[in-house]
Amino acid sequence: MSPTLETDASAASVPPVGRGEGLRTHPKSFIVRGLSILSQLVIPLGIASFTILDDGNIGDLVMFAVPAVTAIIGINFIFAYLGWKRLTYTVGDQDIRVESGILSRSARSVPYERIQDVSLEEPLLPRLFGLVIVKFETGAGGGEDLSLAYLANEEGERLRQLVRTRRDGQGAEAAGRLDGAVAASDEPEAETLFGMDGRRLFTFGVFEFSLAAFAVLAGLFQYVDTFVDFEIWDPELWERWLSEQGAFLASLGAYAQIFSVVAGLLTFFVVGSVTGLARTFSREWGFLLERTARGFRRRRGLFTKTDVVMPVHRVQGIKIGTGWLRYRFGWHNLRFVSLAQDSGAANHVVAPFAQMDEIEPIVAEAGFHLPGEDADWHRASRKYRTDSAILDSLFFIVAAIAAGIGTSFHLSEWTPLAVTIPLVLAGLSVLAAFYSWHIQRHAIDAGQVMSTKGIFAPKSQIATRLKLHSVEISQGPIARRRGYATLHLGQAGGEFHISGVPIDRARSVRREVLETIAATDFSQLEHA
Amino acid sequence: METTTPVEGAHSQPGVASDVDPDGELTKVHPNYKSALRVQAIIIAVPFLVGSLIAEAALAENGVLPSGVVAGTVLLLAVLLVFRVPSRRFMARGYNIATDRLRVVRGIWWHSDTVVPFGRVQHIDVDQGPIERFFDIATLTLHTAGNHNASVNLPGLQKDLANEMREEIRAHIKRESL
Repeated sequence: MSPTLETDASAASVPPVGRGEGLRTHPKSFIVRGLSILSQLVIPLGIASFTILDDGNIGDLVMFAVPAVTAIIGINFIFAYLGWKRLTYTVGDQDIRVESGILSRSARSVPYERIQDVSLEEPLLPRLFGLVIVKFETGAGGGEDLSLAYLANEEGERLRQLVRTRRDGQGAEAAGRLDGAVAASDEPEAETLFGMDGRRLFTFGVFEFSLAAFAVLAGLFQYVDTFVDFEIWDPELWERWLSEQGAFLASLGAYAQIFSVVAGLLTFFVVGSVTGLARTFSREWGFLLERTARGFRRRRGLFTKTDVVMPVHRVQGIKIGTGWLRYRFGWHNLRFVSLAQDSGAANHVVAPFAQMDEIEPIVAEAGFHLPGEDADWHRASRKYRTDSAILDSLFFIVAAIAAGIGTSFHLSEWTPLAVTIPLVLAGLSVLAAFYSWHIQRHAIDAGQVMSTKGIFAPKSQIATRLKLHSVEISQGPIARRRGYATLHLGQAGGEFHISGVPIDRARSVRREVLETIAATDFSQLEHA
Repeated sequence: METTTPVEGAHSQPGVASDVDPDGELTKVHPNYKSALRVQAIIIAVPFLVGSLIAEAALAENGVLPSGVVAGTVLLLAVLLVFRVPSRRFMARGYNIATDRLRVVRGIWWHSDTVVPFGRVQHIDVDQGPIERFFDIATLTLHTAGNHNASVNLPGLQKDLANEMREEIRAHIKRESL
C-alpha cells in the first residue's frame, strides 16, 4: 500500500477538482423523483377512484379522496426534497465521499484505488431530462456499490474521466488537462467487437419466447379483483360463461371447434412471441460491445440505457451458454465472470445472441482461447456415470414400487399403468444420465481450465489458471468408495466445479493448477 | 500503482517452493482438538438427555412404551456423539503446510481436501472460542477472493503454532507483494 500513497502525494499538487464543498445531485433529479412517485401512484389511484366513482357518490370523493391523495403526494414530495437537499457528494484527493440521510446521517467513502470503473445508467424518465445515474463499481458484493442519482450527463462523464485518471495515477498533466474540459470527447478510440442490428434482435426476440405476459395478466386480474366488484375467481361465473359459450360453439359444429382450438394456440404463440420480442428489444436495443483502451465497453437499452466498462484484467473467466432450441441453430451467449455486478447479475453479458465465430474474437480479446481440436478432453469416471444413473432413477423406481403397492389393494386394474409410468421415467433418467456423461468433459492446458456439460443446451466454462484462488477435491461417501471426486476451483465472482473426476486425475489437475497459482502473488494479478 | 514493480529475486526460485508435493504427508492437529470436540458434544447432549428423562417419566405413567426406550436411545446417541464422533473427526482432520501453500483435509463422510496457495490469501484470522482457550488451541482461517472456499478453516492447532503459521503466511504475502 505504501508505494501507492507516495504516488498520491504527487497527485496532491493537482489543482483540487471540486474538493471541499459538498456537491448536490442535479436539481432536476428532484422533479424526476417526484414524477416517478406520481407514476407509481397513478394506477392505484385510478383504480381506486374508478371504484369510488362506481358508487356514484361524488360528494364522498371530494370530501375524503382528494385531501387524502393531496396529502400522500405532498408528503412524498417533502421527503423527496429533503432527501435531495441532504445528499451531498465530495470529490476529494483520495476518495469520493457521499453523505446522505434525512434524520440519521450516513457517510460512505470510496478510495479511488478501489473503484474499478464508473458506469452510467439512463432510465427513461431521467433521460428525458438529460440526467444519468452514476455508479462507482468497487466489486463489493451485495449491491453495496456507491451510486449517485441523478446527475447531469456532462457531470457523469466528468466524474467518470476524473476517477479514471485518479485511479490510474497517470500523473498531474492528465488530471490537469481534464480539469476544465468537458470530458465527453475524451473517450479513447474504440474498436467494435460485437453489435446487434434490428434483424438480429428480431431473431433473438423470437427465441426469447416468453409466457410472462400471461403471468402478468393473471396478476393484473387479481389486482383488479381487489378493487372491482367482479369475482374473477368465482368458478360459477366461468361455468356459466363456458356453458353459454359452449352451447354457442356446439351449435357451430366440429370444424368451428377445431378452428377455435387452433385460434387459441395461435394466440398463445403470438402473445408469447410478442412478449419475448418486446423484452428483447427494450433490453438489447442498440447493443454495442467495444474494445477501448480501458477495457470492454458495453452499451445497450431502449428505455433504460446503460453504459458499462469492464477492464480486461478483471475478467476472471468466461461462460458460454445457450438454449435447447437456439442451440440447434448455432446461437450462443457469452458472459464474463468478474467481481463487478451487472444490474444485479453476477456475470456481464458481452454477447447475448451470437454465432460461435462471432464469439471467438471476443474471447480472444479477453485473453482466453476456445478449446481447439487438439484439446486434451477428459470424461468423468465411468463409475460416476453408473452411480448417477442409479441415483437419478432411484426416485422413480421407489415411486413405481409405492404406486404398485398403493394401487394393488383397491384399484388393481390400474396397477400396470401406475407401475409402468414411473418405470418408463426411470428408464429415461438412466438414458439422460448416460447421455449427459457423454457430453460432460473437461480439459486443462497451459493457461486455462475448461469444462462443458448439459444435455440439451451445453454450457461451457473457461477459467484462467492464474486467476484461481484455491483448489478443493471433495468426495461424498459414495464417491469415496468408487474413487472419483468433485473438483472445486475457487474463482472470484463465479462458481466452477467439475464433477465425477477420477481421483488420480483430480489430483494431477490440482497439482498443475497450483503450480501456476503459486508462482504469482495476488497483488501481481492485475498487472499480469 | 505502477510503482509496485516486483522486487527482483522475489520469484527467482519458485521451483524451490513448488518442490513440496501438495499431496504430501498430512500432519495431525493437536489431540486437544478431540477433547474440545467432546466438551462441545457434551454441551449439546446434556439438554437432550434431560429432556429424554422427563419424557421417560411422563411416558412411564401411561405405560405405552417399555421403560428406558426413550432415554436409552438418547443416551446411546449421546455416547456415540461424545466418544466416537470426535475421535473419528480428529482422525479425518489433517493439514500440510508447505513453503507456499496450505493443504487442509477434513470430513468423515463428506471428505474435502483443499489447497490454498499463500499468494492468494486475502487476510488471516486466528480465532479462539472459550472451549478452545481452555485447551490452548485455536482456529486458523485463511480468506481468499474466490467464491468457493472464501474462507478455509483449520481448527485444532496449538495456539502458539497457529500464531506461528499466521506469521509465516503473512511474511510470505508481504515478501511476494513487495
